[in-house]
Amino acid sequence: MTDDRILPVTMPKWGLSMQLGKITAWVVAEGDEVKAGDDLADIETEKITGTLEAADAGTVRRIIARVGEDVPVSGTIALIAPAEVPDDALDAAVLAAREVIDAGVPDDAGGAAELQTADVGGRKISYAGAGQDGDVILLVHGYGGDRESWLFLQEPLAVRHRVYALDLPGHGTSAKDVGGGALDVLADAVTGVLDAVGAGRAHLVGHSMGGAVALAVAARDPGRVASLTLIAPSGFGPEINAGYLRGFADAQTRRELKPVVAQLFADESLVTRQLVDDLLAFKRLDGVDTALQALLGTLLDGDAQRGDSAALLAAAGAVPVTVVWGRADRIIPAAQAESVPGAVRHLIDGAGHMPHMERPAEVQAAIEETIGRAP
Amino acid sequence: MARNITYREAVNEALAQEMERDETVIVMGEDNAGGAGSPGEDDAWGGVLGVTKGLYHKFPGRVLDTPISESAFIGAAIGAATAGLRPVAELMFVDFMGVCFDQIYNQAAKFRYMFGGKAVTPVVIRTMYGAGLRAAAQHSQCLYPLFTHIPGLKVVLPATPYDAKGLLTQAIRDNDPVIFFEHKALYDLSGPVPEEGYALPFGEASVVREGGDVTIVTLGRMVHTSLEAAAQLAGEGVQCEVIDLRTTSPLDEDTVLESVEGTGRLVVVDEAHPRCNIATDISALVARRAFGALRAPIEMVTAPHTPVPFSNALEDIYIPDAQRVVNAVKTVTGWSR
Repeated sequence: MTDDRILPVTMPKWGLSMQLGKITAWVVAEGDEVKAGDDLADIETEKITGTLEAADAGTVRRIIARVGEDVPVSGTIALIAPAEVPDDALDAAVLAAREVIDAGVPDDAGGAAELQTADVGGRKISYAGAGQDGDVILLVHGYGGDRESWLFLQEPLAVRHRVYALDLPGHGTSAKDVGGGALDVLADAVTGVLDAVGAGRAHLVGHSMGGAVALAVAARDPGRVASLTLIAPSGFGPEINAGYLRGFADAQTRRELKPVVAQLFADESLVTRQLVDDLLAFKRLDGVDTALQALLGTLLDGDAQRGDSAALLAAAGAVPVTVVWGRADRIIPAAQAESVPGAVRHLIDGAGHMPHMERPAEVQAAIEETIGRAP
Repeated sequence: MARNITYREAVNEALAQEMERDETVIVMGEDNAGGAGSPGEDDAWGGVLGVTKGLYHKFPGRVLDTPISESAFIGAAIGAATAGLRPVAELMFVDFMGVCFDQIYNQAAKFRYMFGGKAVTPVVIRTMYGAGLRAAAQHSQCLYPLFTHIPGLKVVLPATPYDAKGLLTQAIRDNDPVIFFEHKALYDLSGPVPEEGYALPFGEASVVREGGDVTIVTLGRMVHTSLEAAAQLAGEGVQCEVIDLRTTSPLDEDTVLESVEGTGRLVVVDEAHPRCNIATDISALVARRAFGALRAPIEMVTAPHTPVPFSNALEDIYIPDAQRVVNAVKTVTGWSR
């Protein structure tokens, strides 16, 4: 009955807890031609507001979900199809999709991807997995972040891979003790999660400080790392926005934190009250302040960036490396992409320090291209 | 990680974690263990609604039963605080606080000031408030305005399990006397709470719903009543910003004023009697400091100026409900000169 030339656009799953999303605006209209990566709609969840990008090229033939309507995750919200597909085939698909939307969230939804923990050298490390088959990808967040910063990427990558995201020590729901804050403590957590999921080799994706952590893992144990995708990695040059790092560590209130966090993004409207409140709730957990202050010593030498990521990369040997950077990065300048020897470079317009949140489809393509280069 | 627990469990967890963290923290009150003078029973009550259950055996010697003499044990707790302990005293119903006013407002609240800043009084008095449990006029009052009036006291009213744990943790770590109000009707409310300890600062309101048309300032149980009204109003195209004050002393004036400057309309929802309550206090603040932003007179939704009725039917109409909040919002949105 269903015509396989009809490509459904579905409500994405952004993060483990998401069950519903609400379209706040359609960027496209029926009849528009789109290509992969084009913005389709603005979507709001309990946690975050984001833009859904097209996964496929074609003509938007039907828009199903109305603005303001709650749609269960994976419910079909629009149809892309070539002009040859007849209207009655589209109308049948619309009816089926409408039933799913009207039924709401199924009772057995949620809890599919459980949060897991591993004991790594006496520290409890949290991680979450998605995807059944394929190579293992491990996503490593940056300073002050957590596994949720990958919410736009984890599920899309999981279509073809087993994708894990962890909370580094001192972050998220992992143990807050980071010892002296050395990169090795964080690298141990990454290796520990790879052990826990039975991955002998994995593709590592690291953002900012997480990039340096991924490099430290590769430098210690080159055989363990199949490829490296580094997103605005730390440690490739002396320039860094030390005011941002100290401001994040020191902020005690929403008013202090919001302008600091705004520097992460090219589009500051992404900094919602919920995002700031979630970060404040994290910063107020016992032990977090000590951890963030200890890690500052690893990242900063006065106002300059500490660390030698190029030396770590050299020790990692012949591994495929890609560096991704937002051209509007206000934390670590995108010019440092030139200082990553032997890397394929993707510079992204319209993104700041968080391209994996601001332009996720482009970052996903870069990660998959890097994985494709691994032997 | 965060998991769902009840407001009652959140209070219990904050007590247990702070007792674990700091051995000077003690718990005292009526029926906390097995009754005054008893050795402590296996089925120790944990207070009249079971909030401190389990602590007696976990922390031997640090959960004390007291006689039914509020003036004595509140005085003892305050004295112990000046001598180096961090007592958490449970005074079952706030309605009984009257018999120990000297200890609270003339002693605890004044020590830091009268001893030139050299004395600290890190005592927490936990107490239940509010109507809805068919407990009649002497067990149902919302007396937080009385304590808010006294300089030297901090007054805290959590509305959610997350806030209950974080604010009680702060109350215990704080060096000033704190009156900690728990609404009886909220104990079974469930919500996400991190396993780790955390302290929420006093004087920081929480914007629990964003909206541009009307500001609703509220606290305690009325936060939920206001959210119910806001959800209903959203269906009719009116977007309410709901602010949970969380602490009435210190008070987060900026969050209230900034919101009203955006919406131009204010409804204050307070379960206390209407004279000299939090609704009048917030109304005066906004009338003085954001008068130019107001596009309609301020509306207050409160209980009436009567004792809490014994009759079930009367108690039900005594407590402000969502419909009254909806009506007040419609009054301010529909107002014209």
